[in-house]
Amino acid sequence: MTDKPVKGVKRFFVTGNEVVAWAALAAEADIMYGYPITPQNEIMHYWTRLAPKYGRKFLQTEDEISAGFTTCGGVLSGARAFTATAGPGNTLMQEAMSMAEMMSIPTVVAVMQRGGPSTATVIYSQQEVTMTCFGGNGEGLRIVYSTGSHQELYDYTIKAFNTAWKYRIPTFILGDGYQAKMREPVIMYDPAEKGINMVPTEKILGAPGMPGVDRDPQHLQNTYNTEEELYEVVNQLVERYWKAAPEIVEHEEFQCQDAETIIVAHGVVTRAAQAAVDELRAQGKKVGHFRPITLRPFPKEAMKKAIQNAKEIIVVESAQGQLDKIVKSEIYEAKVPITGYFRPGMGITAEEIVEFINQRG
Amino acid sequence: MAKEFKIALAGEGGQGVQSVASIIVEAANNAGREALYIPNFGVEQRGGVSIAFVQIADKKIGSPKFKKADIVVALSDRAVRRTAQYVDENTTFVYDKAIKGVEEDIPREANRVLAIPAIDVAKNELHPRVFNVIIMGAVIEATKVIEMKEAKQALEENLGYKFAENPKLRELNFKALERGVELVREALE
Amino acid sequence: MALVPNMPQVWRQETKPHKFCPGCGHGLVLKTLGECIDELGIQDRVIFGCDIGCSLLSYDFFNVDTVQTHHGRTTPVLTGIKRARPDRICIAYMGDGGGYAIGSQHLVNAASRNEKITVLLANNCNYGMTGGQMAPTTLPGMKTETSPYGRDVEQTGNPTQGPEMVAAITPENAYVARGTIANLRQLKRMIKKALETQINGVGFSFVEALSACPTNWRTNAKDTWHFVEKEMTQYFKVGEKKVPPEKEEQ
Repeated sequence: MTDKPVKGVKRFFVTGNEVVAWAALAAEADIMYGYPITPQNEIMHYWTRLAPKYGRKFLQTEDEISAGFTTCGGVLSGARAFTATAGPGNTLMQEAMSMAEMMSIPTVVAVMQRGGPSTATVIYSQQEVTMTCFGGNGEGLRIVYSTGSHQELYDYTIKAFNTAWKYRIPTFILGDGYQAKMREPVIMYDPAEKGINMVPTEKILGAPGMPGVDRDPQHLQNTYNTEEELYEVVNQLVERYWKAAPEIVEHEEFQCQDAETIIVAHGVVTRAAQAAVDELRAQGKKVGHFRPITLRPFPKEAMKKAIQNAKEIIVVESAQGQLDKIVKSEIYEAKVPITGYFRPGMGITAEEIVEFINQRG
Repeated sequence: MAKEFKIALAGEGGQGVQSVASIIVEAANNAGREALYIPNFGVEQRGGVSIAFVQIADKKIGSPKFKKADIVVALSDRAVRRTAQYVDENTTFVYDKAIKGVEEDIPREANRVLAIPAIDVAKNELHPRVFNVIIMGAVIEATKVIEMKEAKQALEENLGYKFAENPKLRELNFKALERGVELVREALE
Repeated sequence: MALVPNMPQVWRQETKPHKFCPGCGHGLVLKTLGECIDELGIQDRVIFGCDIGCSLLSYDFFNVDTVQTHHGRTTPVLTGIKRARPDRICIAYMGDGGGYAIGSQHLVNAASRNEKITVLLANNCNYGMTGGQMAPTTLPGMKTETSPYGRDVEQTGNPTQGPEMVAAITPENAYVARGTIANLRQLKRMIKKALETQINGVGFSFVEALSACPTNWRTNAKDTWHFVEKEMTQYFKVGEKKVPPEKEEQ
């Protein structure tokens, strides 16, 4: 047996892309499939340098359609398989992810959001929220972790493999170009040392035994003849998803208890939101911050509790209202007015959130 | 509350601003401080103005980019024009004396404007290759984000393999670092 | 065990009779494949993937682990499996639309990379499941639902020469052939060689089988066979296009 790639607990100062590659190694990922697109390239670069040393594999595919479907194939064969993408690549990958949704294939995809629509920028955005949560022809039966720091990239990449395999639901780590390219400290660890056991994979296809003799053959279907057949299948998927959802949802709250104004932000923008809360509290304003970590399923109950005393909600995001749309549908019954601070494809600082809130009086 | 430093370093590709940024944040990280560095990155592999955004603090760092910097270092005419947006009344703006035709573009609102002859010193006094190390010294003196010995240690870690081959390089790099410090001191006088 | 004579052991009796139209070529191609799986003794190692199009109806055809994929995406799914588990025998089954139109980039690149998988493609000159539209392989002048006045090659190009293209881009150790349901013995030899190429870990293997679609061709039995044997072969030359060197010596 080869050495563990990450031993003990150590602090590193690296880029987010490198963090994801190390986390996948630490999580005992067997194989990565990928296609070049900025800003996720270095995940592949680090993986291809490190993987052979630990007996792991890599395949560079012809496009993201193929990267998505080879990942499905790898997972079906029983490998802990993953891919990474961004922007237009994420668009192409949605086709395979709808198959993963339908056939309960526990794929893991790291998305490093870049500007959109179209080719846009290779830099940064939060404009892949709708697509990552609800892409493809389907019902959004996915798990989406929106990370905000290198530590979370590490923690949630490991976690994504476990959630995916435990619940058999395609799982995404939703990062962004800033997290991909910046360097900041991160504590890497061997999951076992933190008591995290990797959920075992299963040979969904190609299990031992002679099919038709020792066992039934696996005949995995995604095409159905009648409405009724499909309805039953989708109902089962939906039911299973919402049954698992309460165990999956995660969020963070910052001084929401007595807050009159609550900033809702996800991903890297939570950093600006947290700093804005500190600054506004110092100015004597009752401001809090609610941060969904899982964008899908959304921590609806927690948010409803957090906004109980709020007089207004301000959704802050680097997109033109993608988180806003989710929030509005999730807390529909709440009678709290919602305002958006939208900066599609732009980084957001604490100062501008403070200014925005103060200008509103 | 501990002072938190926001630094924007800008120059032409090849001037080494990214490696300066990288070494400074590594040194700060090694010294146990919080550090965050993000390079600007567009679609061009080469040829644009290269900017490094650096933050060093004693507490966790917020958003990776910032609107206004505590110190801006601009090493070319294009870099001067590009970085003016990061300057406000608290900013120290450092640029190289050798840059021509930017008199109109120097941000007047800056708290301090320092023109240092780094290009000249590198070319005529030391070696063009240590230009970015002179800049590193200048940044350290202007911000005090890391100690000189930490800076030297960081250089040793990054260039140690070269120093081992040619010990004179160590001397040259350390000299460049010190000259960078001096240039800022002189400019402040 | 052999309740039904002459049927491959790997056939799943529970799902027969199969779901293809009367006179369809898929049943013949699959039966031939089944015989090869039997004779090579690889039933417990095969992973079979079927495309969307009429080929999807083969998802429960065999007593082997099978996955239905998306239109054109069977090649990458099986590639993904093979890369993760090289001990499996991966067979991607598709039609001409899946292989030469929507999935052509996957076929081309899997061939170029010399993936150790077997692609088996049934060519029936049209999109059968969707109701008989023009395909890359539709013959010049042939009427389909989207070429109602006959395929105009000036506007829509000539029939795709799949095996010739694959032979041109694979390394010399790949196996590439075009067979026909009009000569099942030959088709069987080809599929067997293709699978052996994979079993031996030598290279990519690709077999196109000229097939029949009487439903959409609107042909009777006689005309169907005439079309397969006389019309299609004017454009699609049956034979081996590339054989791994050591096989040639046999």
